[in-house]
Amino acid sequence: MHALGRTILYRLVLGLFSILAVSVVVFSALEFLPGDFAASVLGRSATPETVAAFRQELGLDLPPVQRYLAWIGGLLHGDLGTSFAGRAYTPRPVADIVLPRLGNTLFLAAVTAALATPIALFLGLLAALYRNSRFDRLVNALTLSTIAIPEFLVAYLIILVLAVKFPLFYSMSSLSPGMTLAEKLYLVALPVLTLSFVIVAHMMRMTRAAIIGVLSSPYIEMARLKGTRPWHVIFRHALPNALGPIVNVIAFSLAYLVVGVVVIEVVFVYPGIGQTMVDAVRNRDIPVVQACTLIFAVTYITLNLVADIVAIATNPRLLHAR
Amino acid sequence: MRADLATKTADTSVRRRSKLLAAAPFAARVAAVIVLIYLLVALFAPLLAPFGEGEVVSEIPYAPPGGAFLLGTDQLGRDQFSRLIYGARNSMGIALATTAISFTLGSLFGIIAATRRGWVDQAISRFVDVIMAIPQLIFALILLSIAGSSIPNLIIIIALLDSTRVFRVARSVAMNVVAMDFIEAARLRGEGLVWIIRREILPNILPTLVAEFGLRFCFAFLTISALSFLGLGIQPPTADWGSMVREASPLIAYGKMSLFIPAVAIAVLTISVNLLVDWFLDKASGLRNER
Repeated sequence: MHALGRTILYRLVLGLFSILAVSVVVFSALEFLPGDFAASVLGRSATPETVAAFRQELGLDLPPVQRYLAWIGGLLHGDLGTSFAGRAYTPRPVADIVLPRLGNTLFLAAVTAALATPIALFLGLLAALYRNSRFDRLVNALTLSTIAIPEFLVAYLIILVLAVKFPLFYSMSSLSPGMTLAEKLYLVALPVLTLSFVIVAHMMRMTRAAIIGVLSSPYIEMARLKGTRPWHVIFRHALPNALGPIVNVIAFSLAYLVVGVVVIEVVFVYPGIGQTMVDAVRNRDIPVVQACTLIFAVTYITLNLVADIVAIATNPRLLHAR
Repeated sequence: MRADLATKTADTSVRRRSKLLAAAPFAARVAAVIVLIYLLVALFAPLLAPFGEGEVVSEIPYAPPGGAFLLGTDQLGRDQFSRLIYGARNSMGIALATTAISFTLGSLFGIIAATRRGWVDQAISRFVDVIMAIPQLIFALILLSIAGSSIPNLIIIIALLDSTRVFRVARSVAMNVVAMDFIEAARLRGEGLVWIIRREILPNILPTLVAEFGLRFCFAFLTISALSFLGLGIQPPTADWGSMVREASPLIAYGKMSLFIPAVAIAVLTISVNLLVDWFLDKASGLRNER
């Protein structure tokens, strides 16, 4: 147990270190802005004086280390800076723009995870049990193609079938505050379905591999030779040992969701953080882009960290690498 | 013995290649033909396209297919078919350039890290770890917001980000080769590092790198298409499949399916390249097991 605790602590420190390193990278975004940037934010009418004032307001005249510390200090207090958009008239804090959208994205991700995980595990289990059967090969080909094609194609195919040919759902998922959960769920049906398609493909393939790995171990053969019933072998002998890899798979797939959500939110005009980030990039609203990048990166790192720790905790062999 | 093997593969490589293709499974053969067609269309786009890339040829926006316009026109009255053909050239050309740069960088640093080890390896590897801690699309977005969207920026940004993945693959396969006896032998003979890399390491890691090239190409292609679809990649009037999907997307609500033409064009290419890579990997590992 001692060794386990130490390894987990080590991983946590490593994760924290990655987040710190990422924050430096994200911070340097402002550092490498081209010289004409202030002018392009302020518009063509900006005089050299207003440009200089803007640079000063951003703190570009202070030494980078000092600015970084101030920025990180602000982040830790929930101050994400001020948006560039319309800053001449009504300065908007980045937090006000990003945080409500973050809630929407988390909702989308949570519903997707709740739908996709059981389906993926079930399909993965079936494919592993009946491997090399016609079902396995069909699922294999389907998931491979899903992974190889662009997400927007999947999205538009779903829209074509479920919103245009058979108008059961809306092709736009514009949430507004004050909706009931049922209304929200109905609105996000299509984006959830699209995202599910994409991550089920990933999750299912990895689950299949994990279970096949366990099923080929000698103790499973032993259980079979003893005459244990097939389903008993699966649920009592194989599954407990495959659980670690499977939780690992889930965390990895959710990390993948972080990226998938950007394109899907744009397709369905969903008011989430992905859409916010795309708009901010288009308007070169750097503070908003920075905040979104940090949120995405921290989520991604955390999920990968969880996957790592679960893998180590459930498989003591990994403690003694080499 | 290794030199033996090298001359043998060199002698028969051409003959073997044609034999290999003939023995390839049906799916791989179809995929090869498809990729070839795509390449030819991209190469000869100006000869094949009936109209110019950005030429406004009709007064009717969104004209239906038929007549002079095989696939109809787009929102500005440009010929969709011509734009599709030019799109092949632009989308594939940009993705190829990106992959070429990411490969040169990634495999160069990968091999250097594997041969040098020590602090050089540590420094590059930790740097790559940090880059890879941020999802690639997100990283590309923040870099594009800083640098602004233009084709050279797009190529450089995606190439730099993607080279981290090439680096990891190249480093790990090169590590295995560097540990072999013939490398030690070459070192003891007093061969220089460059000679060792060129004559001993590179030929041994080439199959893996070739397969990786296919996968990285797909990835770059999909990333650039996604960025263009988001309106942040290749900018108008340059024709590109991702932006074509974006431009045609409002029509889907009226049941017009023109957006599926470029979208399916993307999908068919990536699936074909994936199939080819799959088959090549099977074959490459098979060739290695023969001895």
